[in-house]
Amino acid sequence: MKPAPFEYCRADTLDEALELMAEFGSDASALAGGMSLGPMLNMRLARPAAVIDINPVESLAGIAADGGVLETGALCRQVDALASPLIAESVPLLAEALPFVGHFQTRNRGTLGGSVCHADPSAEIPLALVALGGEVVVQRKGRARTIAADDFFDGIFATAREPDELVTALRWPRATAGTGCAFDEIAQRQGDFAIAAVAAAATVDPDGGLSAVSLGLGGIEDRPVLADLSGFVGAPATAETAAGAAALAADRADPIEDPKASAAYRRQLVRVLGARALERAFDRAGAAPC
Amino acid sequence: MLRIKPGTRHRVTVTVNGRRHGGFAEARTLLSDFLRHELKLFGTHVGCEHGVCGACTVNIDGRAVRSCLRFAVQVDGAEIGTVEGLAEGGSLSPLQEAFRRHHALQCGFCTAGILISATQFLETNPDPTEDEVRDMLSGHICRCTGYEGMVRAILDVAGGSS
Repeated sequence: MKPAPFEYCRADTLDEALELMAEFGSDASALAGGMSLGPMLNMRLARPAAVIDINPVESLAGIAADGGVLETGALCRQVDALASPLIAESVPLLAEALPFVGHFQTRNRGTLGGSVCHADPSAEIPLALVALGGEVVVQRKGRARTIAADDFFDGIFATAREPDELVTALRWPRATAGTGCAFDEIAQRQGDFAIAAVAAAATVDPDGGLSAVSLGLGGIEDRPVLADLSGFVGAPATAETAAGAAALAADRADPIEDPKASAAYRRQLVRVLGARALERAFDRAGAAPC
Repeated sequence: MLRIKPGTRHRVTVTVNGRRHGGFAEARTLLSDFLRHELKLFGTHVGCEHGVCGACTVNIDGRAVRSCLRFAVQVDGAEIGTVEGLAEGGSLSPLQEAFRRHHALQCGFCTAGILISATQFLETNPDPTEDEVRDMLSGHICRCTGYEGMVRAILDVAGGSS
């Protein structure tokens, strides 16, 4: 349970971090909070030649509104995101998901960008980003690009990030009036990896019909996925619609099986948690901006 | 930019419980091992070494975090609090007293980390609900007590200080 030897490189600026990423490429692991990379190193599941510590790069820690988007720096700590009034107001789905992320002691150090980079299929932050149609900003020396969250996650621990690229920010669409969202999950204990997690979002028009509805699923497939609920646009925002939409999402899902849960159980969780979350999202869409 | 080649030893200076300490660490040396093996501060315990059990929790610059998920070379210059620093002048802290009063420990292996967590938790949330206390304790594994005494002890101290 001790890491294999590596070269420790501490970047004090973003330019230094990008230079180091260029130098080591696929032999490097960028270290943010270390709540995922730490265990991988300790268990020697990861054996990079270099660990590039980006923690001193203060420019990556911010939370800033940019028009209709809220941008969180890759190094934004989960505890700071949870305490942010701007996130509570602009990205309430993320605020509702964060208490499910690890524990008080790991959120004190863990970052939003690190969780996205690690791409655990059951992780809450990637699921929230996919469910809201957010984006991931990655940079290499001399070039930045923005990747839609849905295209970023390729599979278990696999992303569209190139080896010399660093995730520098996440872009979250800000909530608008008439839109509601809700997050829920089941895990073996509080803060553990989700067996199933759901992230619902809906827009309800003034006459009570759905003008948009989506349900993101985490822990179900090899990456966070969005169920196609386009057939429910125009349906009334009722408990029956929520149950029908969640049932369709469950039927179409292709759940993984592992020692914690069978595919059938995961499918049932999508049905039950999905219906609850969608119904809550419908209620919130009618009540206040979410 | 700082670079430490594998296999070389790097000087690390930290303040632990108000006292400056110095020692040497490889790039890959965990803070938990640095505290125990290099600084000989054995109060911090090592359980799972992958961030799950919480036994190694220490306070770094004001926040309770896993010392098995931090490299010693990352904390050069930091202020670290460990269980050895809780009792002042030979008398237990109010939280430690409450742990004893409520039988919040049995073997005590997990207790060092839990005391550090609970201390910082109460600093940021001085009047928590029972649910909030249980949520904070979910970051620790205790195989003796069933947590009930800890919940009572933490709520007792919180109530007493408000």
